[in-house]
Amino acid sequence: MSEKDPKKPGTKKPTLPPGMGKKPTLPPGAAKKPTLPPGMGKKPTLPPGAGKRPTMPPGAPAGPPGGDGASVPTRADFSSDQDVRWCPGCGDYAILATVQRLMPELGVPRENMVFISGIGCSSRFPYYMNTYGMHSIHGRAPTIATGIKTSRPELDVWMITGDGDSLSIGGNHIIHIMRRNVDLQIIMFNNQIYGLTKGQYSPTSEVGKVTKSTPFGSIDHPFNPIALVLGADASFAARTMDRDPKHMKDMLKQAHEFRGTGFVEVYQNCNIFNDEAFFDFTEKATKSERAIFFENGKPLTYAGGTKGLRLNGFRLETINLENGNWGIDDCLVYDETSRELATIMARVYWREDLPQPFGVFFRENRPSYDSQVNAQIQSVIERRGKGSLEDLLNEGDTWEVS
Amino acid sequence: MGTKTVETLPEATVLFAGDSGDGMQLTGTQFTLATAYAMNDLATLPDFPAEIRAPVGTTYGVSGFQLHFGSVDIRTPGDEVDLLVAMNPAALKVNVERVRAGGTILVNSNAFERKDLNLANLDTNPLEDGSLDKYRVIQVELTKLTRETLKDSSLNQKEIDRSKNMFALGLALWLYSRPVEPARKWISSKFGKKPVIRDANLELLKKGYHFGETTEQFVTRYEVTPATLPPGRYRAIQGVQAMAMGLVAAANKSGLLLTYGSYPITPASDILHSLSKYKNHGIMTVQAEDEIAAIGIAIGASFGGSLGITGTSGPGIALKGEAMGLAHITELPLVIINVQRGGPSTGLPTKTEQSDLMQAMYGRNGDAPLPIIAASTPGDCFEVAYEACRIAVKYMTPVMLLSDGYLANGSEPWLIPDADSLNDFDVTFATGTNAEEDGKAVFHPYVRNEKTLARPWAKPGTAGLEHRIGGLEKQDGTGNVSYDSRNHEHMTWIRAEKVERIQQEIPPLDIFGDPDADLIIVGWGSTRGAIEAGVTRALNDGHKAAAVHLRFVNPLPADLGEVLSQYSKYLVPEMNNGQMVRILRDRFLLPFEAMNKIQGRPFGPSEIQRKIAEMVG
Repeated sequence: MSEKDPKKPGTKKPTLPPGMGKKPTLPPGAAKKPTLPPGMGKKPTLPPGAGKRPTMPPGAPAGPPGGDGASVPTRADFSSDQDVRWCPGCGDYAILATVQRLMPELGVPRENMVFISGIGCSSRFPYYMNTYGMHSIHGRAPTIATGIKTSRPELDVWMITGDGDSLSIGGNHIIHIMRRNVDLQIIMFNNQIYGLTKGQYSPTSEVGKVTKSTPFGSIDHPFNPIALVLGADASFAARTMDRDPKHMKDMLKQAHEFRGTGFVEVYQNCNIFNDEAFFDFTEKATKSERAIFFENGKPLTYAGGTKGLRLNGFRLETINLENGNWGIDDCLVYDETSRELATIMARVYWREDLPQPFGVFFRENRPSYDSQVNAQIQSVIERRGKGSLEDLLNEGDTWEVS
Repeated sequence: MGTKTVETLPEATVLFAGDSGDGMQLTGTQFTLATAYAMNDLATLPDFPAEIRAPVGTTYGVSGFQLHFGSVDIRTPGDEVDLLVAMNPAALKVNVERVRAGGTILVNSNAFERKDLNLANLDTNPLEDGSLDKYRVIQVELTKLTRETLKDSSLNQKEIDRSKNMFALGLALWLYSRPVEPARKWISSKFGKKPVIRDANLELLKKGYHFGETTEQFVTRYEVTPATLPPGRYRAIQGVQAMAMGLVAAANKSGLLLTYGSYPITPASDILHSLSKYKNHGIMTVQAEDEIAAIGIAIGASFGGSLGITGTSGPGIALKGEAMGLAHITELPLVIINVQRGGPSTGLPTKTEQSDLMQAMYGRNGDAPLPIIAASTPGDCFEVAYEACRIAVKYMTPVMLLSDGYLANGSEPWLIPDADSLNDFDVTFATGTNAEEDGKAVFHPYVRNEKTLARPWAKPGTAGLEHRIGGLEKQDGTGNVSYDSRNHEHMTWIRAEKVERIQQEIPPLDIFGDPDADLIIVGWGSTRGAIEAGVTRALNDGHKAAAVHLRFVNPLPADLGEVLSQYSKYLVPEMNNGQMVRILRDRFLLPFEAMNKIQGRPFGPSEIQRKIAEMVG
C-alpha cells in the first residue's frame, strides 16, 4: 500500500498498535474481568483431575514479579534488555506490547512465566520478555513446552509460534498438543508468509499467491488454522488481530484463564513480504463490514449492529437488520461450548458473502494432560508408597552366592 | 532314572527354536531362570523376527532363544550349540548350522509332514535324507504327547497344541538337571486366574520332565555344577531392565525428577515399558507423538530443572539430530539412549549391531561433540545409565548412551549393587546472581564452572534468575544472542573442551589378558564378553594377547595413548563395517586392524580366538 510508511507503523491508522501511541483507556477487559485470579472467574465446574491452577503459587496471589511484594509490576518489568529486532512496522510489535501489558494483570510472578518458541520471526519473542524462555528449533516448541509444563505444572507456560512453524514443519506437534490439552497458552502469529526466510508462501497463504518460490502463483490449498485445531480436538480456540490490541488482550486473557491449551490465532501483518494481507478485516474502512467480533451468549451482529448472521439450515447467512424484515431475535446467539457451532463458524473463512469471525470459537473444559500425568503419579505413590531403590534392585527371583 | 548316566559338563549352549507363536522366548526365559537357580553363570541371546506373527511354519517366522551356561566364567551366549530344540522344519533349517558336530538336535517329529517341509522350502525330509548325520537326533512326538497329556482338558485343540513348549521345557530341564520349581511357580502365578490353562501347563511341564526319565532315547543326562561367582546376592537381569533401574537409581540419588520422553521403537521400547511402571520412583514417562517430540519433551523437562532422558534406536537418533544440537548449544543436561540395531534405514530391527557410532560422534549439524558412553554387558547397562545421568548434570551437557539389541535383550546373573556404593550424585541449582552489569547484580546463564566448564542450571520459578536460552549462538557469559565471529569460535572451542574435560571422570584403564603381549585388542560396547573370552582361550592356546575395553568412547580415556604405546599390534573387533577403528587411527596414527562382523549376531569367542592365532600364532 503506497500511502503506508513502514517506518511509522500505524500512524495513519485509527487502531494504533500498543506502544506506538498513548492508550487513554483502561486495559481492555478490565471492566468485565477485573483481574480476577485466574481460575476464579469463568470456570465454576472444574473437570476432575484438572489440578491446581499453576499460576497461583501458594502465598503469592496476584503478587508482583520477583515476589518480594515491593512494587506493583508494570509492563517494564516484563521487558528484557535486548533490542527488539523485528522490521519496523511489523505486526509483531503490537503483539509483544499487548502481552507485556497483559502480564502484570495476570498475578503471576515473573519468575514463574516461561515463554517457549520455535523458529521464525515470531519465535524471537522470548528474547524480549524478561521471564524464563527458550527459543528452540523449527516447529518443535509444542514438544518443549509439553516437557516443561508436564514436569513443572506450577509454571505458567506460553508458547509462541507462527503459521509456518506450527502448521508446516511443526504440524504433527500442534495437533498432538491439542488433543493432549496441555495447560498452556499458544499465540500463533499468522502472517500467511515465510518472513525470516524472506518471502516464500506459507501453509496459510492463499491459492495463487505469487512469492519467491511461487513465481507463477501458489497451487497449495491453504490450511484454516482454527478449523485445523478444532479437528485436532482443541479445547480452546480463538482468533484475534494485531491491529485491535484491546480484543487481542481480551482473547489472550481468556486463553490464560482457561485450564488447558488456549490457542489464539493472531492475524499479523508482515509489512515487508505480505503487506495488507488482513487489511480487509483490520482497517477502519472495511473492518466493520468484513469482520465480526462475536461473543458467547450474544447474537451475531456486525456493521455497527446493522447486520446480523442467522443460521439457515447448516449455513450461516447475512441478514439486514435495518430493512424491517429481520430483527435481532433472528440472529444466531453464539454458544462457545457447541462443537457444531464452532465448526460452522471456523469454516467461515475468507468468504465474500460473510464477515471473517474474531472471538472465542470453542471452549471445552476437560482435564489437562499435565494435571493428569501428575495425578496418576500421585495416585501410584499413594497406592504403592514412595518407591525404594533397594527394593527395586532386589525384586523378583534372587539368590545368594557365598 | 537309575539307568541313566549323568555326565558333568563345564558349560553348555542350548537353543530353543520354533515359530513366533510357539512360545520359544518364554521357554528360553524359564530355562534361564532355572539355570540361575542352579547357580550357573549364564548369558542369553534372544533372536526373533521383526514380524509379530509371520506365516506359520516359514523360515522367516522362526524365533529363537539361545542360552549359554556353565560352572565356568560365561561371557557370551555361546559359539556353537550343544542342544538345539527345533519345533518344526523351518526352525531346524535356520539353526542347524549353529549346532556343533556331534551336538544334539531334539525335534518335534510330528511337525515334519510334507506340508511342513513345503512351508520351510525343503525338498526332502532332513530327518530321513541323511543331512543330519553328524548330529545326534532325538525325535520326540511333541504334538502327539501333548495332545495325549491333555486329552481330558477342556482346552480346544489350538490351545492344546500351543502348549507343547511346556512339554519341551520340562524335557530340557530334565536333560540338564535343572530345577522345575521356578517354572512351576511362574506358571501358577501367571495363570492364577485361568486355572484350566494353569493346570494344563503344569501337567505338560511334569510330563515332559518324566518323559526324559522314562524314555530310552536318552541314555545320558547332563549336569552343570554351580559356578564360582563373587559372593553376594544375585538376580538374572536383561540389559533393558538394568538400564531402566540405572535411571531410577539416578533419580533416587540425585533427587531429580527424571522425565523420559520416548517413541516406541525396537529394541528400545522395553525401557519405556519398564520406566512407565516406576512412577513412584521419581520417574515421569511421556510416550511422544514422534522421535523429535520425544527429545523435545526431554529438553523441555531439563530446562525446567528435571532431568530429561530420551531413548530410541538408530532411526530415531537420525530424527533427533537437530534437537541434540539444541541441547548441546543450550548446554542443558540430557541423556540420549541408543539401543543400536542393524541399519541403515529400517535395516534389521530385531538384530544387533554397533553401527551407529559415527552417528553418535558426528550426527549433528555444526561442530557439536557429545560425550558417548557405551555399555558392555547386560548388567553394565545399570552403571552406565547412572553414570550418563551424573555426567549430564555435572557437565551440563547432553550425553549419548550406546547399548545394542544384544545387550538389551540378553541376560546374565547380576550381582545386585549396593545403592550406597554408587558415585555421589550432587545437583546444584543456581540460587542467586553471578555477575554485575552497570553496577547491578545480575544472573548470566553462561558463566562457567572453572573445573568442568559447566554453566549454571537455573530453574524457572527462581526469582531474579530469569533468562533466555535458545538455538542461536550465545555470547559466553551473558548468554545473549551473538553473531560475533570470534565469540562463535570461542564458544565452539569451549563446548568441545567441556566434553574433553569429562576425561577427569574416567578411571585408569584395566588391561585384560597378558600385558606383555605384542597384540592388544581394543573393544567397546557389547563385544567385551567375546573379546575377553577369546583372549582367555588364546592364552590357553599359548598365544599372547591383551585387551582393553572402552566404556567412554568420547572423550577417550586420557591414558589410552600411553597404554597403546606398549604394544605393536592392534585389533579392533566391531559389529559394523569399521567405525571405532577409524576414530582410533585418526587419534593415534597407529596401525589398527579392523575386524568386522555385520551379521546381526554378536561375535563368538572362537572368532576372536582364531583371529588372535592368525595375528600372533
